[in-house]
Amino acid sequence: MSTPASTTTKQPSTPSEPTSAPSRKRGGSAGGTAFTVLTWALALIFFFPVFWMALTGFKNEADAYTETPRLFFAPTLTQFQNVLDEATPFAVNSLVATTASTILVVLLALPAAYALSIRPVKKTQDVLFFFISTKMLPLVAVIVPLYVIVGQIGALDNIWVMIVLYTAMNLPIAVWMMRSFLQEIPGEVLEAAEMDGAGLVKVWRHVMIPITAPGIAATALICVIFAWNEFFFAVNLTASASSTVPVYLVGFIASQGLYFAQLSAAATLASLPVVIAGWIAQKQLVRGLSMGAIK
Amino acid sequence: MRAQKPGSINDSRQRPAAPAAPRPPARRRRGPRRWHTALAGLVAAVMLAACGGAGTWGAGSSDQIVVAIVTNSQMEDAISLSGEFEADNPDISLRFVSLSENEARAKITASVATDGGEFDVVMISNYETPMWAENGWLVNLQPYADQTEGYDPQDFIPTVRESLSYDGDLYSVPFYGESSFLIYRKDLFKQAGLKMPDEPTWEQVEGFAAELDDPSKGLSGICLRGLAGWGEVLAPLDTVINTFGGRWFDEEWNAQLDSEESAAAIEFYVDTVRNYGTPGAAQASFAECATQYTQGNAAMWYDATSAVGTVESEADSTVVGKNGYVQAPTQETEDSGWLYSWSLGIPKTSQNADAAWKFLSWMTDKDYMKLVGEEIGWEAVPPGSRLSTYEIPQYAKAAQAFAEPTLTAMKAADQEDPTVDPVPYVGIQFVRIPEFQDLGTRVAQQISAAIAGQISTEEAIAQSQLYAEAVGSTYQEGN
Amino acid sequence: MTTTAQAPAARGASPAAARGAGTDNKVKRREGWNRRGPLLPALVFAIIVTQLPFLFTLYYSLQSWNLVRPGSRQFVGFANYIEVFKDSVFRGAALNTIWITGGCVLISLLIGLALALLLDRPFPGRGLARTMLITPFLVMPVAGALLWKTTMFDPTFGIVNFVLTPIGLGDTDWLSSYPLAAIIIALVWQWTPFMMLLLLAGLQSQDRSSLEAAAVDGAGPMQTFRSITLPHMRRYIELSVLLGAIYIVNTFDHIYMMTSGGPGTASANLPFYIYQRAFLGFDVGQAAAMGVVVVVGTIIVATLALRLIFTSFTEETS
Repeated sequence: MSTPASTTTKQPSTPSEPTSAPSRKRGGSAGGTAFTVLTWALALIFFFPVFWMALTGFKNEADAYTETPRLFFAPTLTQFQNVLDEATPFAVNSLVATTASTILVVLLALPAAYALSIRPVKKTQDVLFFFISTKMLPLVAVIVPLYVIVGQIGALDNIWVMIVLYTAMNLPIAVWMMRSFLQEIPGEVLEAAEMDGAGLVKVWRHVMIPITAPGIAATALICVIFAWNEFFFAVNLTASASSTVPVYLVGFIASQGLYFAQLSAAATLASLPVVIAGWIAQKQLVRGLSMGAIK
Repeated sequence: MRAQKPGSINDSRQRPAAPAAPRPPARRRRGPRRWHTALAGLVAAVMLAACGGAGTWGAGSSDQIVVAIVTNSQMEDAISLSGEFEADNPDISLRFVSLSENEARAKITASVATDGGEFDVVMISNYETPMWAENGWLVNLQPYADQTEGYDPQDFIPTVRESLSYDGDLYSVPFYGESSFLIYRKDLFKQAGLKMPDEPTWEQVEGFAAELDDPSKGLSGICLRGLAGWGEVLAPLDTVINTFGGRWFDEEWNAQLDSEESAAAIEFYVDTVRNYGTPGAAQASFAECATQYTQGNAAMWYDATSAVGTVESEADSTVVGKNGYVQAPTQETEDSGWLYSWSLGIPKTSQNADAAWKFLSWMTDKDYMKLVGEEIGWEAVPPGSRLSTYEIPQYAKAAQAFAEPTLTAMKAADQEDPTVDPVPYVGIQFVRIPEFQDLGTRVAQQISAAIAGQISTEEAIAQSQLYAEAVGSTYQEGN
Repeated sequence: MTTTAQAPAARGASPAAARGAGTDNKVKRREGWNRRGPLLPALVFAIIVTQLPFLFTLYYSLQSWNLVRPGSRQFVGFANYIEVFKDSVFRGAALNTIWITGGCVLISLLIGLALALLLDRPFPGRGLARTMLITPFLVMPVAGALLWKTTMFDPTFGIVNFVLTPIGLGDTDWLSSYPLAAIIIALVWQWTPFMMLLLLAGLQSQDRSSLEAAAVDGAGPMQTFRSITLPHMRRYIELSVLLGAIYIVNTFDHIYMMTSGGPGTASANLPFYIYQRAFLGFDVGQAAAMGVVVVVGTIIVATLALRLIFTSFTEETS
């Protein structure tokens, strides 16, 4: 995590540097140091539970169950091994549901975003409104009929149901996000391509996709995060064969006695993929979470 | 705005690895094709995987048995031993879904009631079995049990067998049975110069709890469940209500939770937990109490007889051999233990009833008890299901301290007549009507809130009475 | 909405409009389908998967239907709705939803704003500090909730009580005594980084020269903050509140994992309570009616809120 050296240089535009320097200095060493210490203190506080989770995962249960928390102990990989043994089928389900739904989302959202930005249909705002409104409606309002319908078609505990639901869940965000990416394509570029007589497919392949590839990646990342973490549908509509990682964690809330070390290891492993992805792509995260409204 | 942002932010603040800026033209040419290929590959891979997943769910179900169970130590032992079953039956593979009690009930009931068909074997109890059998949701196991050589269904403890039967036929088979009793720390009682009577009253127990409770040493007087859920806090509480002379409904289905006797019992229970219970009692289920008691943090524990498996386990417990066991405390009735059996049934929707029965009979057979004893330890044998278990010499030795109190409690538990005054329902720690699962949970939420101090006990009783009245009235109209 | 619709439409339409001037109807129609075609799959999919089930919810809400009492299913009109409005627990859950959403959004917004301001200045290891600060948001919510319930809030073995022991609060059983507060703390921990990220993006999009101009004019930091930064940040704050509210109002994972809505129903919010009515009570009719009531309530709130989001979003994209 030492890579973002560039973030310490604050101003991109060199002219402003000289003028901003004095004002910074005036805020100066004493105040500045105090703020820095405060920032670091807050960062450590916020990070501590994560650190503790990872740390506890390396303990054996006896070290995890102490009234005075132990910082030093003989680390063990037992817990992680146990979790990996148990959780692999869940992880496979999560992987399948996440990847498949993300691909479907991109395939559906990209054309839709195109229709809403580059060559907008009438009532663009209404359509956007509709998409966002599906995101606002509480999921719980549809869980009962979903359960009954899915049960009647004999598809409870089927990974395809999860894929379809996760696609629907992420579609609005993806449409909003991709629309904002497509709108960034300069009109002149498209016009030029069309003047050259390039067909739609060609325009897509040679102009749109290359320019928006980073945007598609950012959108996919957000979809992956939400699908990987999704719990409500998973816990209600799966039982065993297609249960995902969050459902695996439920098993820890009331097992015989408590297993702090093992549940910490499980929580760490469950979170790891998204944490790493998020660390790598912090900037895209902002864009995605704001549905493209903030760049 | 657009001009300013991508420039200023992307270029300067971007983490180097992030691919936000448009790629240089040279790479743009090759980009799309690679991208397409990669995507196509990914799609193919995932679709294959998805089909594979769907396959195990659909076609594969001919030999895969999905078993929904409640997590507890006996079940975990069964899971760890299930490899032996699979080795003997190579055509059957097992998949366990283990959930906490509340979750397991919700999931299993939803699945069975809607013909969801996710499970081939479900763990239920003497609460569900007769009702579900009546609804036609379960496979009749009596023919299977009679035809299976050496299975000997008559060996099940009579009270348990009857509680799992409908019209004289078994519809689920007991994995283990339990009543309730009081576990106490002999060493602490001795230190304090106290003596536990063989048949204590609740007043005496409260006195002991007050005497021994010492928060400064991290010792609580008594551990009692407080977690919301009808199978959680309500189980011990209902036995207290019964023995205090209270009941849920009178013979005309008028709710009786706010009667003098019921209210006194509820107040007694809540006060005892609040005064001498363990920290976090409002969240305590069997599992939390087990942790507290086995870590030496409580002097007494009133709970299921099956708790011995954990309490006397060398691996989990720090108080092995220090414990005494006496019958459930009473007040107005002669005995007060509950009757409960975690049992295994086969939903009608199962496509693999024969294979499911093979597994069921393996897990509830006499030989299974010996297998557990030899492989895991004799104190871990599932108790309270078969009379023959208590005749195995090794078990009798290992269970010296608790075998007799367990059997006595189980044989005395009378589902038909647990209360002082007559009632229109069957059940000791539950009311066997389909609505009780919900009613019990809602009442339990109120009790749990009172234990946590969120509301007063009077409020909890008043609200619970309202819930019970609403349910009772549907039976009055029906009559 | 009609006014705001113009901005993006006008922008995208310009090349096509220039080209398509003076074409006949047939071309226009084909043009219309060319435009609509790409939109349809996503639109149809969204309508089928999200709207169709809701029609069933409406239908079920008019029935008395308990899954565990077979043969009980019958049409009862609006009886379920009357029950819902009489149910004090439902009102309590609605109130809890407001508390959790309001409290959580407000607190994480304030902390998030403070953190964003602190991060919007150079200091050693800023990238690392930012990475650490966003991590809680990346932790799987179920895992985070599990973590808070056990290693943090456990009355005997938890860190929180260990830290609080020196000031005499070490015996607090957080999840029983202060369930709402405990849930809000866990949610704030999870959502503050989200607020921080959005607000940081806002701060960094500030026009530096006007800040520097203010500094040259001798404006103090507070004054600059009030007169320049805050007005600039308004849009970002609105957006953070809105998006935060959308996600937090649907909170289910934390309540399910940490308190199961307890003790009693003290910490149940609407999603959790409806879930309980459906999957613990098996009262399909009543759960459906509650769902409908919640949707109607959401629509009312959201219509007001969406006016806001549309100003925010379209200003941005224009």
